[in-house]
Amino acid sequence: MRTLLLKSLFARPVTITAPAADDGGLDELGRALAARGRRLFGRSLTIREVDAGSCNGCELEIHALNNSVYDVERFGLRFAASPRHADVLLVTGPVTHNMKIALERTYAATPDPKWVVAVGDCGCGCGVFEGSYAVVGAVDKVIPVDLHIRGCPPRPIDLLRGLIALVDKATTRAGK
Amino acid sequence: MDTSPITTILARLTPVRFHAPWQRFDVDAQMWTAIAKSLGDGAGDLLGLWGDANAVHMALRTPPADPCVISLAIAEGKFPSVGRFHAPAIRFERAISDLYGHRPADAPDRRAWLDHGQWELRAPLGARLPAPRHDPVDYEFLDVRGHGLHQIPVGPVHAGIIEPGHFRFTANGETVARLEERLGYVHKGIDGLLTGVDLAGAARIAARTSGDSTVALSFAFSRAVEAALGIDAPPRAVALRGVMAELERIANHFGDIGAICNDAAFALIHAHCGIFRERVLAACDRAFGHRLMMDRIVPGGVSQDIAADDSAAIVAALDDIAPRFDEIVALYDDTPSLQDRTCATGYVAPDLVNRWAAGGHVGRASGRDFDARRDLAYPPYLGLAFAVPVYTAGDVDARVRVRIDETQASMRMIRYWLANLPGGAVFAPLPQASGLCEGMAVVEAFRGDILLWLRIAADGAVARCHMRDASWFQWPLLEAAIENNIVADFPLCNKSFNCSYSGHDL
Repeated sequence: MRTLLLKSLFARPVTITAPAADDGGLDELGRALAARGRRLFGRSLTIREVDAGSCNGCELEIHALNNSVYDVERFGLRFAASPRHADVLLVTGPVTHNMKIALERTYAATPDPKWVVAVGDCGCGCGVFEGSYAVVGAVDKVIPVDLHIRGCPPRPIDLLRGLIALVDKATTRAGK
Repeated sequence: MDTSPITTILARLTPVRFHAPWQRFDVDAQMWTAIAKSLGDGAGDLLGLWGDANAVHMALRTPPADPCVISLAIAEGKFPSVGRFHAPAIRFERAISDLYGHRPADAPDRRAWLDHGQWELRAPLGARLPAPRHDPVDYEFLDVRGHGLHQIPVGPVHAGIIEPGHFRFTANGETVARLEERLGYVHKGIDGLLTGVDLAGAARIAARTSGDSTVALSFAFSRAVEAALGIDAPPRAVALRGVMAELERIANHFGDIGAICNDAAFALIHAHCGIFRERVLAACDRAFGHRLMMDRIVPGGVSQDIAADDSAAIVAALDDIAPRFDEIVALYDDTPSLQDRTCATGYVAPDLVNRWAAGGHVGRASGRDFDARRDLAYPPYLGLAFAVPVYTAGDVDARVRVRIDETQASMRMIRYWLANLPGGAVFAPLPQASGLCEGMAVVEAFRGDILLWLRIAADGAVARCHMRDASWFQWPLLEAAIENNIVADFPLCNKSFNCSYSGHDL
């Protein structure tokens, strides 16, 4: 382990390096998020992820936000284990009838002010599961949604880009 | 060598026409029950059990014979229970009863499984009777009695970024006396959605049945369609399918190895494995235009060819990962504090994995030497020599080691196929179905064998399609694995299984 740690000490970070601002890349997004998020929440935005019926493709990409390459915590975004600690519910779908009550209760357990982000083509619409007896449909059929991040599944960079848009919206709403 | 009693029964029958590549037989209730009894006596492996409009189908395998399907017509809304003799069938029967309303006669467990009373419908794929909603909490968990026991309900919304399901722990102090699972929360009605759609639409649904196994599911769907229509994918497409299937396997194994270590509070390995996984997904994205390679395998071949420099990028990613992965494996081996958590934790007895015919790392960590890529070999694995790791310790550590060895074997396969990629087309147009036809396929996904069975109607639409994820035979064993372990070791045990919720709930 010592060799490995020593190596890490001298290795360059794997975290995506700052692309030029005109690339519209991660660093630009991150800086925007840091500035706006700080205004509203101090330094942080805490997220609770809820799988309300997804195929878990979205979960895999949401997970990737936490790896060393995207390292979402450097922007003050972190995932919490309980909705009671969350500012944002990140919900994937389609919402199944069997998950509807659990989703409503999770929403009720999240303290105000709170925002809901629907993730993925199924969470935003109903995806390929449209018309099934077992699904309610998009997340906004069950709880109010502030932002939609589409994709099947959305790439981690799209998720991050979406979270910026949320902070934008949250700031406007708080400023009203 | 003794002939299995099942083989003796089936030898007298004529198989149904238009079922490929293996046989399907119509049986009567007596034969059905005799076969169920034989399965209970250990004469063969149950591969799947699913409903149809007026029948039930059971897939089974009695090595060295090929897998086969037996079908029984429903009489008076009932069929003889298989679960009565062979416990692995119990959850399937509960699901059939929920979806089709066919009741398993004399079944040991009559509780609903996928139906939580929220659909306003009973038997949605059968009689579709209106039913009032009821409180999902109205569910009778098995009775546990004893001095000083307490219960811990967990889920369906879990603490991590994972799928929903409910775990009911009964613990004595810290020790788990019993775990009972309740699943079905992500039931999306996939069997229903797959009925009456065209092949392209069905392929998209199949690919979204479990996102982490999207390549394997598309692979199985495509192979079943090709078997039914009697065609083969071109050689270049076959090699690319292998590349994608193994890339999916290593990406998932990296994720799992890291997450298991993380659940033992060893974040360093998690961090490194996360980087490996990301490298693989980035290479997949570049080569195939999608990080998870969704919809890339289609009936007839693959939807996208690979460019030479993208192929080189995959090899470069493996070159970068391989030596560093070796270091991580060495670190795992040299860290007693980590192995203190993984060794002897979550033990599954060989008897259980054999009875449940549990595939993937769950089976192979407890001595079950089965891998569909080798034992039901299909292209591009046909004729390919590769090691199938088998361990006998049956604990979390053994399940980690199976993944480590498989990852290394998969990297070799990917390199081999990319270095020897045949030329030519990557897609063969599908012929018109000349009448009703049926196909099935078994494909080794990262977590074990997936079975896919389908019937194509004369008009070319899917008449019935059923997918059986490896998780069906693994979830019940998780209940056994956690017994007598402490509650705090559940995440570790659960992660070492990494069963699918969506793939199971359908």
